[in-house]
Amino acid sequence: MQPSVSIKDLSLNFGNVKVLERLNLDIAQGEFIVLLGPSGCGKSTLLNCIAGLLDVSDGQIFINGKNVTWEEPKDRGIGMVFQSYALYPQMTVERNLSFGLRVSGMAKDEIARRVARAAEILQIQPLLGRKPANLSGGQRQRVAIGRALVRDVDVFLFDEPLSNLDAKLRSDLRVEIKRLHARLKNTMIYVTHDQIEALTLADRIAIMKNGVIQQLADPHTIYNKPVNLYVAGFIGSPSMNFINGSLDGATFTADDGTKIPVGAYDFAAQRGAATKAVLGVRPEHILLGDAAQGMPFQTQAEIEIVEPMGSETLAWTKVAGIPVTFRCSSDIPLHAGDKVTVGFDIARGSLFDAQSESRL
Amino acid sequence: MSQTATMTGSAPATSGNAATDPRGPRPKPFFTPKKIMIYTTLIFFALYFLFPLYVMVVTSLKTMPEIRFGNIFALPSAPSFDAWVKAWTSACTGLTCNGLSPGFWNSVKITIPSTIVSIFIAAVNGYALVNWRFKGSEIFFAVLIFGSFIPYQVMLYPLVMLTRGMGIFGSLQAVIVIHTIFGMPILTLLFRNYFASLPQELFKAARVDGAGFWRIFFEIMLPMSLPIFVVALILQITGIWNDFLFGVVFAGPQNYPMTVQLNNIVNSAQGTPEYNVNMAATVLTGLVPLIIYFVSGKLFVRGVAAGAVKG
Ligand SMILES: Nc1ncnc2c1ncn2[C@@H]1O[C@H](COP(=O)(O)OP(=O)(O)O)[C@@H](O)[C@H]1O
Ligand SMILES: [Mg+2]
Repeated sequence: MQPSVSIKDLSLNFGNVKVLERLNLDIAQGEFIVLLGPSGCGKSTLLNCIAGLLDVSDGQIFINGKNVTWEEPKDRGIGMVFQSYALYPQMTVERNLSFGLRVSGMAKDEIARRVARAAEILQIQPLLGRKPANLSGGQRQRVAIGRALVRDVDVFLFDEPLSNLDAKLRSDLRVEIKRLHARLKNTMIYVTHDQIEALTLADRIAIMKNGVIQQLADPHTIYNKPVNLYVAGFIGSPSMNFINGSLDGATFTADDGTKIPVGAYDFAAQRGAATKAVLGVRPEHILLGDAAQGMPFQTQAEIEIVEPMGSETLAWTKVAGIPVTFRCSSDIPLHAGDKVTVGFDIARGSLFDAQSESRL
Repeated sequence: MSQTATMTGSAPATSGNAATDPRGPRPKPFFTPKKIMIYTTLIFFALYFLFPLYVMVVTSLKTMPEIRFGNIFALPSAPSFDAWVKAWTSACTGLTCNGLSPGFWNSVKITIPSTIVSIFIAAVNGYALVNWRFKGSEIFFAVLIFGSFIPYQVMLYPLVMLTRGMGIFGSLQAVIVIHTIFGMPILTLLFRNYFASLPQELFKAARVDGAGFWRIFFEIMLPMSLPIFVVALILQITGIWNDFLFGVVFAGPQNYPMTVQLNNIVNSAQGTPEYNVNMAATVLTGLVPLIIYFVSGKLFVRGVAAGAVKG
């Protein structure tokens, strides 16, 4: 099937600052793709290029097979939702929704029909007569989404739409956006720096760093098989534990001499000579007590700090001389100073080349 | 249990007197050194600026003998508006003796179009500079700002040549064009800064909605720019109304603005100087800017603050 959005060798410079360089991305019809990365990595820039709000320095952009590189934003079949909502302050909600349609010279009754439908989908009918100043943050963002909705576009672009909301509203609206996607089945490109949003919403996540896509994969793969140290450290909270050492055959030797067998690890490629390597283990893959007994690797450890989080407990300890966090059920009584057995299955961990930082 | 009781229960009396124990907002005495300083300074400056006005108004209400022999600070013994009427209708401004009223209407004819045209162009300029960066827009802006540092006197002769070449020298159009040009740097800066302080995403949203240059300007930007328009309006009205140089050079005698005619009244060589008429004429000429300031002082300050936020 033809991709909904296709970006080919896209480069963008601000003066001589290269923000995006030869970026390629294909997005399928109806796919929900999340661009995830730290602030300043070029996510908004990429989105603005797709929207036509920035002139690209090089490369091409296709939407539904049509080369839109030189098209005006309005002719690209996109709708955009901004972090600051960007509602026209002097217009009522209704006029905010209909502005784009009025600009395009659409017939009045068709405008009314579309506004009514968007208002119904987003549950903002009671707000239609109000000005943006009299709306709460969540309501404003709904209106902003509605403005994209009425235009009946193929591709939705979201630029950190939930970042200005408080935690509770954020999770509510997150679900609503997911529901909206399930209902409309449009292609959605969603920019965020929040990994929870990315993991919960995305069909595929593109993790960006300095304008380069590090990994493009579904959330499960991103989480469990990060392609490099950067992705491994960026995704997951608390983040993955890293143990430095060297890899020789089927044995990983930590810097303090602890030997960890890695025979069960699913190496991406045939391995040659011994190399410096980094072993990464997610906090929830470190098991405790009886559960650790069956694990290929186990060791004795002393609990240093316990952080009860309600549904689970985070604990800090040392493995191979390195501070390590692990996650366990809050039913297990744990106290600082406890001596415990911890263990993990290397098949669930990740190994990275210390030099290239990429997955082994 | 007993522990929580002491924590949440009534406070134990640590120091004796409940009436003098500090509690609630700290009392603020009215006569602090800071307040005394501020008010003394304010009152001083208020008097400093009001005093000349007072002298002018009382003098304009006196008769000439009273002025000659009396104290300039004294109130008029029999206030009369004769001097005001004369200043407005029959004082001699050079060759004619029709008072200030023709000058007033000339000033109106100069100020209104100059203000409207210059503000409109500057607003569009500022908007284009911020939102529609074109090739060389930074240079354009730099030149514009540099232009505001060139003394008027240097440009005077070239402008005379220019307006003569255009065939409008010595007419209302000439003054209007000159005022529009000279208002451009400061007004453009003002509007540019104001538009730069508005969220960029609004502009982007309007672009996505399909609105073009003028549509965004009139439907999105203008309705949000009332404060800065008030500032620009005040700056231009007062600036153009108070202008003397351009009026005397470019307008031609039959179009002299009020300021030039005031000068001609006050500096007329014939006869004895009529101080009461001079004072009345001066107050009359200053009335328009004065009223503008009174009416819009608050809006002005707010707008200036808004325009100054971002550079
Ligand atoms: N108009 C601009 N001029 C110059 N540099 C810019 C401009 N906009 C963004 N940048 C730079 O481009 C980089 C990427 O910005 P952006 O795409 O906004 O990042 P993100 O949205 O991922 O936080 C940043 O380093 C930023 O400083
Ligand atoms: Mg951004």
